[in-house]
Amino acid sequence: MVVVGAGGHGLATAYYLAKNHGISNVALIEKGWLGGGNVGRNTTIIRSNYLLPGNEAFYEQSLKLWEGLEQDFNYNAMVSQRGVLNLYHSDAQRDAYARRGNAMRLHGADAELLDRNAVKAMAPFLNFDDARFPIQGGLLQRRGGTARHDAVAWGFARGASDRGVDIIENCEVVGLAIEDGRVVGLKTTRGDIKAKKVGLAVAGATSQLGAMAGLRLPIESHVLQAFVSEGLKPLVPGVITFGAGHFYVSQSDKGGLVFGGDIDGYNSYARRGNLPVVEDVCESGMALMPMIGRVRLLRSWGGLMDMSMDGSPIIDRTPVENLFLNCGWCYGGFKATPASGWCFAHLIATGQSHPNAAAYRLDRFASGAVIDEKGAGAQPNLH
Amino acid sequence: MRIPCPFCGVRDLTEFTYLGDASLAQRPDPASPDAAARFHEYVHLRDNPAGLHDELWYHGGGCRSWLTVTRNTRTHVIEGAKLTRTSKSWTATS
Amino acid sequence: MSDMAQPNRLPAGGAIEGRVDRNRPLAFTFDGKSYSGYAGDTLASALIAAGVKLIGRSFKYHRPRGIFSAGPEEPNALIELRGGARREPNTRATTIELYDGLEAASQNRWPSLAFDILAINQIASPLFVGGFYYKTFMWPASFWEKVYEPLIRRAAGLGRASESPDPDHYEKAYAFCDVLVVGSGPAGLAAALAAGRSGARVILCEDDAQLGGRLLSERQTIDDAPAHLFAAAAGGELRSLPNVCVMSRTQVFGAYDSEVYGALERVADHVTAPAAGVPRQRFWHIAAKRCVNAMGATERPIVFGGNDRPGVMLASAVRTYLNRFGVLPGRKAVVFTTNDDGWRTAADLVAAGAQVEAVVDPRASVDENLTKAAAAGGVRVLLGGYIVNVTGGARGVTSAIVSVAGKRQILTADLVAVSGGWNPQVALTTHRGGKPRWSDALSTFVPGDLPDGMTVAGAANGDLGLAESLRKGSEAGAAAAAACGFSAAPAPQPRAEDEPTAVAPLWHVAESRHKAFVDLQNDVTADDITLAHAEGFRSIEHLKRYTTLGMATDQGKTSNLNGHAMMAALTGQAMSDVGTILSRPPHQPVAIGAFAGHHRDRHFRPTRHTAGHAWALENGAVMVEAGPWLRPQYFPRSGEKDWLTTVVREVRTVRSVVGVCDVSTLGRIDIQGRDAAAFLDRVYVNTFSTLPVGKARYGVMLREDGFVMDDGTTSRFAEDHYVMSTTTANAAKIMQHLEFCHQALWPELDVSMVSVTEQWSQYAVAGPKARELLMQLYGPDVDLSNDALPYMGCREIPLRGIPTRLFRISFSGELAYELAVPARYGAAVLEALMALCGALGGCPYGTEAQSVMRIEKGHVAGNELNGQTVARDLGLGRMMSTKRDYIGRVMAGRPALMAPDRPTLVGIRPVEKGRRLTAGAHILPGGAAAVAANDQGYVTSVAYSPTCEGWIGLALVVNGPARHGERVHAFDAMRNNDQDVVICSPVFVDPEGVRLRG
Repeated sequence: MVVVGAGGHGLATAYYLAKNHGISNVALIEKGWLGGGNVGRNTTIIRSNYLLPGNEAFYEQSLKLWEGLEQDFNYNAMVSQRGVLNLYHSDAQRDAYARRGNAMRLHGADAELLDRNAVKAMAPFLNFDDARFPIQGGLLQRRGGTARHDAVAWGFARGASDRGVDIIENCEVVGLAIEDGRVVGLKTTRGDIKAKKVGLAVAGATSQLGAMAGLRLPIESHVLQAFVSEGLKPLVPGVITFGAGHFYVSQSDKGGLVFGGDIDGYNSYARRGNLPVVEDVCESGMALMPMIGRVRLLRSWGGLMDMSMDGSPIIDRTPVENLFLNCGWCYGGFKATPASGWCFAHLIATGQSHPNAAAYRLDRFASGAVIDEKGAGAQPNLH
Repeated sequence: MRIPCPFCGVRDLTEFTYLGDASLAQRPDPASPDAAARFHEYVHLRDNPAGLHDELWYHGGGCRSWLTVTRNTRTHVIEGAKLTRTSKSWTATS
Repeated sequence: MSDMAQPNRLPAGGAIEGRVDRNRPLAFTFDGKSYSGYAGDTLASALIAAGVKLIGRSFKYHRPRGIFSAGPEEPNALIELRGGARREPNTRATTIELYDGLEAASQNRWPSLAFDILAINQIASPLFVGGFYYKTFMWPASFWEKVYEPLIRRAAGLGRASESPDPDHYEKAYAFCDVLVVGSGPAGLAAALAAGRSGARVILCEDDAQLGGRLLSERQTIDDAPAHLFAAAAGGELRSLPNVCVMSRTQVFGAYDSEVYGALERVADHVTAPAAGVPRQRFWHIAAKRCVNAMGATERPIVFGGNDRPGVMLASAVRTYLNRFGVLPGRKAVVFTTNDDGWRTAADLVAAGAQVEAVVDPRASVDENLTKAAAAGGVRVLLGGYIVNVTGGARGVTSAIVSVAGKRQILTADLVAVSGGWNPQVALTTHRGGKPRWSDALSTFVPGDLPDGMTVAGAANGDLGLAESLRKGSEAGAAAAAACGFSAAPAPQPRAEDEPTAVAPLWHVAESRHKAFVDLQNDVTADDITLAHAEGFRSIEHLKRYTTLGMATDQGKTSNLNGHAMMAALTGQAMSDVGTILSRPPHQPVAIGAFAGHHRDRHFRPTRHTAGHAWALENGAVMVEAGPWLRPQYFPRSGEKDWLTTVVREVRTVRSVVGVCDVSTLGRIDIQGRDAAAFLDRVYVNTFSTLPVGKARYGVMLREDGFVMDDGTTSRFAEDHYVMSTTTANAAKIMQHLEFCHQALWPELDVSMVSVTEQWSQYAVAGPKARELLMQLYGPDVDLSNDALPYMGCREIPLRGIPTRLFRISFSGELAYELAVPARYGAAVLEALMALCGALGGCPYGTEAQSVMRIEKGHVAGNELNGQTVARDLGLGRMMSTKRDYIGRVMAGRPALMAPDRPTLVGIRPVEKGRRLTAGAHILPGGAAAVAANDQGYVTSVAYSPTCEGWIGLALVVNGPARHGERVHAFDAMRNNDQDVVICSPVFVDPEGVRLRG
């Protein structure tokens, strides 16, 4: 079988196909270099603070996998559970986070609702004095945190490779061979490959590969920028998200503040964005932490997001037999990497959806069983 | 990014709000027998091209016109913009 | 060199004396010790003058480091500038203009710079090779988080950020021009002159305080005069042209789409603190039709043993320190160069009176003019040679070990000047996706695909000779202006020579056995490159990520090419195949505060005030954010012990007497036209074409996907005139949606609309005495009887000549009105209303009391209209027209949205009388385990109801309407408030609506 895309999800899929299902006759093919997709360009946050039933069990599984991942593949992915704190700034936001925190607890995840004083004790450097939208408290998931993104890719790659998976870089898919409604192989820039089953885990390129199978998908490709500051001595203890603007921040082990905000908001394959979002993110950062004014933004980058119509992913069969789809991760795919690989491998190997990913159906848009955490509707740039 | 508004001239991105593919201006016939399927396609499915893309932008910070902008999603180069409500065309160079 | 305080300052009047202002001495401190320099110095040049060699410790091994360059590419001399709230970590000493009283401190050292405990990392260094995190800190499992990671986090990072809010402010500004010229070296000046003289609107941005670029650092001549004089004259002419704007201290850091450039102007970084009213920095958005990129080139070093020791310096930087600043970076120098340009450093050092032990050049032969000049200066020439190792310590270089034809010799030296050639600054050409092109002739990448509107001239394009730079710059400037429709007669070219610039590549002295650094700042060594290759991290992206090559604050400006070339040598690939890391903005690091501008603290976002804002404050209102607005939350009176007491009093007053609430923040859209009624029928689920003139109706709007988007009342004032109200939160979104529906979907409809939210102030007047109050306001001539203005009626009524609109609508469930008046009369009418209200025994009420009363009435609001609910969920299904189409109708019919077991609106009451309810609790069947499988919904809104004398709530519960009376469990682990509740009707007060019709 063939998995297309050696980003985080493709690598994890290949790894778990081999490890969980004993399927090592797997080719993992990649257009560029392994780990060069969003797994190599994200803000490295891991968490399971989701609201809706279709999501929470899946992300909690993912967080549990993160917790055992390094021992599992014997590679230090620098998983660091320093906590993820979502700030709230109004009573309504507090109640929405209470709803979310309770949902998390019902799913066995950890969650705590902090008041203003508890947040202040934890992060005294936040703006408590002169804020446009004063901090009232926060939803804390202590088990959340960060992981070293590249090392995750390398750990899965090494584990998959050790189990016999062939990872083929610089190999772009240019066509799918489909006979009688069933996929039988792929055409690539390095020759044709026969395959009994094909799994697509190609994020921003999903629409292009889908089109090769005659599929029109509920996906738009967007650009998300992320930013890192110059290295600093420890300043920010965990991951903090602003509730009155688009901003989240953590500090890497090398000392850089790693932060981001909203997507640019227009369809893009360019992997780069524009100034309005840079400014919006920095404005939010300054609103939240006015002491970072003199800290310098060192580097920005853009990733290609496969934005779905309800903000939640798709792990499902397709109308083409033996062609499986893993997409729609929006800008939240990194934390999902282990569970996405686990569940996608399960689907490819058994033909059945994993229970934790059962809601990630392709037909949910037609049926109405959408998983819309934000309640933003079928407009991808609002998710 | 700057968008050439047919009314206001070339204006900064911050004045505009994005909606999506220009096909969203082609609402299906609600009376057709397969309306459910057609509305599903209309609301949810996208070509999502890597290249030229006709897309809808709202000039909320200006004349409040809805524009159909042709933009390359690989390069972000804008080929032109016209008012969605009419076919009056406007190109980046005019 | 008599100045004791500045032992390395060249004497005034010598062959080389520099151009600092010796009449303006400046005092400064470094690590608490006092020094002096002169106006025109950088911190780096002043430190060199003072004889300070050790500036910092390196990132990983804590090796002593000095000053390596004279510009923004500096990887070593990073300091903390200023102190307290203005502390700026990781500041390059080489770019800081010296000012009187400057305070700087070394960073990344403990307990002191000279004695650094973490330098033990040097001895333990086999552990710290590339990728060391991933393999070293592995077992046992808990050690990473508990032991290793905290250790690494403490050791890592560079400087310390301030812990206090930045006291300075920043501005954003916008500029537009025909031709943007980036850089004011020879090519940039020539381009700006050519474009400026043609009449084009030109902006010239120069990162440095002075115009001239390398002209300030070299002993070249233009028109037979020192080149810096040409720069001064050109600057003078440019500043005299009205169509030219010269911006010094302004760095263009990014090229964005549609020819927008980001630039940072350092307005007050060269003084102790900005003067009052002056920003520290200004962030410019420059929209330029054309751009001439003349950013110049960066010299690259060579990788050899000990190449990081204080005293190893870029050859061009040595010339800058000599010729511009008049300081001598060393007394006894060895020059190690692979190209002709480096030889000039030897000549300048000799001219400045320093001893140059040798020029070491790996090439077998060079232009004989170079060797002759060197010999004339008493400099040994070691062709075919290279430096294998540099010895020294915290006090700097002591000797260089040179290998020539297999033989080694030790040269005593305190300065090693290095030149591996020049790398054009290609960054701006790549920000929009362009890929640089490999040049064999220059052994470096030069600009390849250029972004629209950009041309590159001078050293940035690989044109290293002075005459060529001037000519190419001039051509580029004229062409850019011509492209914008401007032309000028060609001016005579200034006279200059093209100096020799031949180069042979040498990336790495493989014979070196000592630590040889590729990336000085991130401590990436030649061995790390070899290791990365051995471990399979061979693509340049993997190399970067595995070793952190080029990821430090200098972004690899002096390291990337060497590292990539070394990897290419290991893999046997050509550099044109290896490619290079795409550079991303910003080209130089930019303060986060500059991107934020004034948008911080309470000015983070605009604050909208209603016309009644001042009145509310004067009357003691506690204000609350409502989207961009501030609204009165409640009006406490003295003696009221908490907010709840106040809110209970406000609710009771409204329900028993009368109250007034400012509802001006609700969105209002004026809709007119022959087809206004038809239009509304298509955007609302219920029908508005049947609404009589003079009537209001509650309406619900869906998104096209069938979920509820917004609600509000819309009133008809004429056949072709409606006024729609929206929720506060969705006002802008609904306006956009309606314009979309009209312009994109149904342009044939004769309808137009405009937002009038800001044009009207609106006040809810609610309670049994509401009519009495309004009758007093309008006077006896206006009939407000139930017949004249029945429930859901609306009328336009003049009030002392002011047009007003009176709506008989009720959110509270009481006899209630909303009075709309033009906003300019809003404050006056509110005062009049409140005077009458007070006389009747009423009171103002805020959003809390409003919320309590709407929950008592079971009206949905933001907590229920959360984008996840359909009309049926909210008990509004019967409003949905079955006779015609409207936005969202078809998709609302999807099976999952029609499912009977969707959570649906109910009321809840606590089983335990008086117990507080909490919103966000989940509903579980009574006695069921607290697990997700039993999750049946959640509590959306709660309130203490004075009317019910207890807590009440609204909830969305599976099969809710069929379960009135059922006892269920409200699970709230977040507030430790688990309790049993009883499901009931969501309408707690006056379900028959008797009061509001009264």
